Amino acid sequence: MVTTSEIQVEAETEELLEKKSVFFHLKTFWRQQPLGAIGGVIVLLMIAMAIFAPFLAPYDPELNAFEFMLVPPDWQFFLGTDQFGRDMLSRLIYGARTALFVGFTAAFIGAFTGLVLGVGSAYFGGKIDIIFQRIMDVFMAFPLIIMALAVVAVLGPGIENVIIAITIPFIPQCARVVRSTALSIREIPYIDAARALGYSHIRIILRHMAPNVMAPFLIMLTAFVGQAILLEASLSYLGLGVQEPTPAWGLMLQGGAEEYVESAPWVAIWPGIAISLAVFGFNLFGDAIRDMLDPRLRSQ
Amino acid sequence: MKYTGLKYATALAVGTVMAFGLAASPGQAATDGMTPKKGGVLNFVVGSKIPSFDGHVETTFGMVHPIRPFYSLLIRINPDNPSSPTDFVCDVCEGDVPKGEDGGKTFTFKIRKDIKFHDGTPLSAQDVVATFNKIIFPPKGIASSRKAFFKMVESVKATDKYTVQFKLKFPSGSFIPAVATPFNFIYSKKDLDEKGYKWHQKNINGTGPFRFVEYQPGSFVSGKKYEGYHFKGQPYLDGFKAISAPKMSLRLQAIRGDRAAIEFRGFPPKARDDLVKALGDKITVQESDWNCVLMFTPNQKKKPFDDVRVRKALTLAVDRWGGSKYLSKIAIVKTVGGVVFPKHPLAATKEEMVKLAGYGTDIEANRAEARRLLKEAGQEGLTFTLNNRAVDQPYKVVGTWLIDQWKKVGMNVTQQVNPSPVFYDILRKKKNFDVSIDFNCQSVINPIADVTKFLGSAGNNYGNYDDPVLEAIYAKLERAETQEEQRKLMREFETRALNDQALIGVTLWWYKINAYRSYVKGWKIAPSHYLNQSLDNIWLDK
Repeated sequence: MVTTSEIQVEAETEELLEKKSVFFHLKTFWRQQPLGAIGGVIVLLMIAMAIFAPFLAPYDPELNAFEFMLVPPDWQFFLGTDQFGRDMLSRLIYGARTALFVGFTAAFIGAFTGLVLGVGSAYFGGKIDIIFQRIMDVFMAFPLIIMALAVVAVLGPGIENVIIAITIPFIPQCARVVRSTALSIREIPYIDAARALGYSHIRIILRHMAPNVMAPFLIMLTAFVGQAILLEASLSYLGLGVQEPTPAWGLMLQGGAEEYVESAPWVAIWPGIAISLAVFGFNLFGDAIRDMLDPRLRSQ
Repeated sequence: MKYTGLKYATALAVGTVMAFGLAASPGQAATDGMTPKKGGVLNFVVGSKIPSFDGHVETTFGMVHPIRPFYSLLIRINPDNPSSPTDFVCDVCEGDVPKGEDGGKTFTFKIRKDIKFHDGTPLSAQDVVATFNKIIFPPKGIASSRKAFFKMVESVKATDKYTVQFKLKFPSGSFIPAVATPFNFIYSKKDLDEKGYKWHQKNINGTGPFRFVEYQPGSFVSGKKYEGYHFKGQPYLDGFKAISAPKMSLRLQAIRGDRAAIEFRGFPPKARDDLVKALGDKITVQESDWNCVLMFTPNQKKKPFDDVRVRKALTLAVDRWGGSKYLSKIAIVKTVGGVVFPKHPLAATKEEMVKLAGYGTDIEANRAEARRLLKEAGQEGLTFTLNNRAVDQPYKVVGTWLIDQWKKVGMNVTQQVNPSPVFYDILRKKKNFDVSIDFNCQSVINPIADVTKFLGSAGNNYGNYDDPVLEAIYAKLERAETQEEQRKLMREFETRALNDQALIGVTLWWYKINAYRSYVKGWKIAPSHYLNQSLDNIWLDK
């Protein structure tokens, strides 16, 4: 007979084991993928910066203070100020919000839509698959930035349109990768079994096929976040993305870098570093996840 | 005749004042006392595209800078004294610029007999008449951007082969400056009759100092010296190449690397400083107040901008004096002014300006009043979108500054920056904006014509309002004979437009800075980037 106290002890032990397990996994990840772990730390720092921006930023990022225009980095303004006298550090911190908001939104919507379309295309096969894949071919024929530029040119600048512009080229990329995995899953007998049981197409696609393509999907997803941040910065730099006075890294480069790169290089350097670091972080993290999830690489 | 004499005496005085009023930095008088050298090709950069070659239709420097050298005008501003708003000289006409006869209602121009178009056709009075009839009385379906400048003109006729006569409905001080507008290219009547009124949009045949050679869209326009140019000995250059460079960094690098010698529109102060720092005396700088002003226009068909209290709050929130001090360091804007080009005798003095809403020097008091008005109108925390043009200097800089100014009275403004075609489409066709950046850039300083921008009836007014009181003041202003009377009416006009109704908010007047290679001689800065662009007096000291 098992007593109440024994049950409690058992539960606490399980909890401890679970806690140890998370720590253990992190440690293993760090040991096996040191670069990926560094990427993960950068990503976490960025997320923390975005969430706690109001507490971390020393000044209002949009406040013009002309008496402090183009002040070099000092104790009052750690990263200096721009041509409007705005604190660079505050704008960088708030800029993480824009980057992550656009990055995650575009990556998630693009990847999930691609997942559903890719798996669906593989599941139905036949003419639907052929037509769908040709449409994807058309979309994929355009380089990412050209496609995004075309979409913004049609819809106009602004954060919502930038997200749409970045999302659209992600869909065929994810759909194509996911479809190739889903094609092999479609041939596994349990899918036939699900059909025989009379499950709906949606149920089979979402509950029985989609979970089995998670490995390539997650890899695509993490890669997309980095790409989306870079695309957002590129579009903003070209004046087609986020608009002033919203703090955004690409916009910060566009607003002052060209004019002040010689006399006030910090105006260009900090947002440049922020963009590079963010993309670097997401790419390292994404590569590490790919290595972890790929059985061939894992065995090596 | 007494009236005309008085008007021209006034004009002379104005010209003198303006000539001394415009600033010029060292290097400006570089050509003084030097004998022009002949030869060489002038490479210059242009920051805007060419919509078409037709000067009568277009309004952009993107067309004027590369195309103006192929054409002549009837009269033009004096290329040796372009800062003066009243110093006009004949181009295809001969002798002095005519003074009005018949109480200022008739102007007779004698046309030179030695001018030929580049295709060899001799120029006669008929060509001038056909040109101005196209500009002033265009047939239906033919666009003419400066038709409104000539509201006073009744008819244009050739009284003989080499005489052109303009008959006016009423005497107007704005007639001669309107004729001198640099967009009024003289076209051949034969071309207009045989090839149609739209032929000049894609083709060039003028009597200017240079003949058209080549146009590579988006890349360059080139021209070579016209040996039969009517000002003998000119042009000094063998040719020119106008290189398209939409990005400012590109234009700067072109001058820095000596791929181009000059950019005629103007650079911001920072760019000037960088060029001077890098190249020292190899760079010459000329500076001038600019007959161009950036404004913000509330859409008065839209709530709450139909409420004068809200419009007044918009203008009261803006610290123009502070803005002038700091924005002039980072943008091509500088001077605080009202509706008239600053320093012009018809412009408001500082004492007059501070009485207008938003011009008071106590910004905190202005902003307290703005908050009070917003509260009274039930618009505390007003949220709206500012429509802006995707041009850095000075549109985006001033737009960002304005948003910060409005934020200081509790408004929440987002900016929608659009490429020029979309920006104009919103202003002219969709008309769905809340508040938009707007501008009034004119060529020849002609305040009585220039202020038509503020009239709801004007084709280039985008405020979607109708103010009969303002129209009535303008009708009187247009006919005012003495400068004193004009000045009084101009103050009435200004007070109505900027203060009582706050129809449009004037921000800051532009400031023109031209930093260019010192070997470029003969070119003098004008208060407009449209003026003095025939290039016939430019030479290269190489």
